[in-house]
Amino acid sequence: MDYKILDQNDFDFFASFIEDTRMFVGEDINQDYSHDELGGIEHMPDIVVKVTSAEEVSKIAKYCNENKIAMVARGTGSGLVGAAVPVFGGVVLDMTLMNEILELDRENLTVTVQPGVLLMELAEFADDNGYLYPPDPGEKTATIAGNISTNAGGMRAVKYGVTRDFVSALEVVLPNGEILHLGGKVVKNSSGYDLKDLIIGSEGTLAIITEATLRLVPKPEISISLLLPFKSIESGIEAVPAIVSSGANITAIEFMQKDCILYAEEYLGKKFPDHSSESYLILTFDGQSKTEVEKEYSKIADLCIELGALDAYIVDTEERKEDVWNARGAFLEAIKASTDLMDECDVVVPRSRVAEFINFTHDVEDKVGIRIPSFGHAGDGNLHIYVCRDGKDDGEWEDKLTKAFDMFYGKAREMGGFPSGEHGIGYIKRKYLLDKISPTEVRIMREIKRAFDPNLILNPDKVIPVND
Amino acid sequence: MNILVCIKQVPASSDVNIDEETGTIIRDGVDSKMNPYDLYALELGLQLKEQYGGCVDVVSMGPPQANEVLEEAIAIGADKGSLLSDRAFAGADVLATSYTLAQGIESLGNYDLILCGKQTTDGDTAQVGAEIAEFLDFDHATNILNIDNVSDSGVSVQMNLGDVIYHQDMKFPCVLTIEKDINTPRLPSYKRKCQLDETKISMSSLADFKDQDKMHYGLNGSPTSVEKVFPPDKNTEQETFTGTPEEMAIKLVNEMKDLKLI
Repeated sequence: MDYKILDQNDFDFFASFIEDTRMFVGEDINQDYSHDELGGIEHMPDIVVKVTSAEEVSKIAKYCNENKIAMVARGTGSGLVGAAVPVFGGVVLDMTLMNEILELDRENLTVTVQPGVLLMELAEFADDNGYLYPPDPGEKTATIAGNISTNAGGMRAVKYGVTRDFVSALEVVLPNGEILHLGGKVVKNSSGYDLKDLIIGSEGTLAIITEATLRLVPKPEISISLLLPFKSIESGIEAVPAIVSSGANITAIEFMQKDCILYAEEYLGKKFPDHSSESYLILTFDGQSKTEVEKEYSKIADLCIELGALDAYIVDTEERKEDVWNARGAFLEAIKASTDLMDECDVVVPRSRVAEFINFTHDVEDKVGIRIPSFGHAGDGNLHIYVCRDGKDDGEWEDKLTKAFDMFYGKAREMGGFPSGEHGIGYIKRKYLLDKISPTEVRIMREIKRAFDPNLILNPDKVIPVND
Repeated sequence: MNILVCIKQVPASSDVNIDEETGTIIRDGVDSKMNPYDLYALELGLQLKEQYGGCVDVVSMGPPQANEVLEEAIAIGADKGSLLSDRAFAGADVLATSYTLAQGIESLGNYDLILCGKQTTDGDTAQVGAEIAEFLDFDHATNILNIDNVSDSGVSVQMNLGDVIYHQDMKFPCVLTIEKDINTPRLPSYKRKCQLDETKISMSSLADFKDQDKMHYGLNGSPTSVEKVFPPDKNTEQETFTGTPEEMAIKLVNEMKDLKLI
């Protein structure tokens, strides 16, 4: 694909309506705009524009479309699959200045936000007003539009679902500059193809989100977690299917191995409340009264002890939650700090097969001969598996990484799973998506892309490669 | 080594209401928890027991519902608990609280080491530990960062004195108040909670104390009273700097200089 390399005329066009404090060209562009959180894939844009309105986005899109200039929308760059990397250069639209919370609608239980609002800001706003925004991905500094673009999940998916379930309406800018309003403040909608749902998870390839109306739920008054130690990795993960099928009202089921806890202790310089066991589950329960929540967690604590848990530690105060969840939240960074380079695999498999998959990662670790720590949302089948380079030379690293990934994605496919549970496909996981879906699905996806973006200017070559 | 840890039930949230007449916290109907600072003292006690043997008991002064923090301490690992509860103890200031605890501790038997949190999240005075020691005529040291050595007759401790760390040898019996964040407190165990034996918690009232003069306890025994309680001003003013990173950095440095922060 050929895209126009920006010249002075193009820069002059942008300068005609964007003040110079919001526009960066050439050497003034911060290196961060060339990559996302995981690194590995890098390319500098020709220009970065910090946009402030849908109208501005529209004007830029129209210009790029007419001049065949590649355009990528970017939030805080916390993605892990290269989706926000401008691989063809061109324009990066930095959406982070559009960070206003526009409206709280108490009658419809919705909040309307601009795309650059951070997840942690939205969560705090909801909490301050007596509501909960349930999606809870680990990366709280991600923007809400980034979350929508990957259909981010997070820890509460077991009970509440994922980002898609909480997007009520979107305002988007099409590549031709047209501004569309999709969805509305409605609970039900059977009116034609749901274009809003197509935008969710499309990783910025179909349109640019400039406003989102999100659903809220009343805030649960009480939230208590249990930290369950198990004497082996297998006994911990193998308890999950029984917990899921018990029918208990559980908000989150997280699995972690001892090594992740030790990395987090090292990284944070703070001890975890317990690290004497080989594996742990963290279960979270929420509700409106302490009695109700205690009743619920007691049933599951008894069940887990029956299934081999050595105890069930109660995480019930702010300080205790901080000790446990801060460590859990730091796993990714802690694993990153434990090696020189890593790559991650975010597969999702049916919940009934999570234990089998975790056990399989240990086989891969042995067979390929590379360190592979993992943790994950055991309750929803989404696992985060990290292949660590640990000083291997380029050739050996590429070879072992490819072998390990091929085995993981192959196994996930065989189990009826998918290559990404919540991080997206972006640039680096496209091969695994193509391996998973049928040629007909690929064709339909390409036709959808062209229907939205006939000139293929919007985040080109991401998710589904334009050509085989 | 026999250890007694003083613990207190405090409101679970910082959003509390105050009785304007008495200046005391309204505790009815408010969710509560163990004072977070006490958890470090309890954890230290449990670690010492693991290493040197003996027992770790807990004591609390409060209304009958303060029983909950004793149960919690036992679920965490304490051996037994005592609640000092009597209507006569209500409305106590720091001095009357310390006196009540000292009387209670004396009635409970002999302990080598009395551990307290550095302060509480509701009163925040950080005086009770030291005052208990004075009433008991025990040596005391505050803001303890570590126990370096334990012998049959005492402990060597590190005290945080702000700019310096002071090493002190203490003879048993003594009172130590424990600095925040010196350990990660262990969590309450569901198994221990389920196995809780009610006989592990005893209740003492004024009638069990050596000094039974009501005028020495509660509001009557408090030489200080709170005149006025008001929430502190919340400053939510924000200033946003714009410009290039260099310009913003210069603005920030100048602002910090103006505020005498640097």
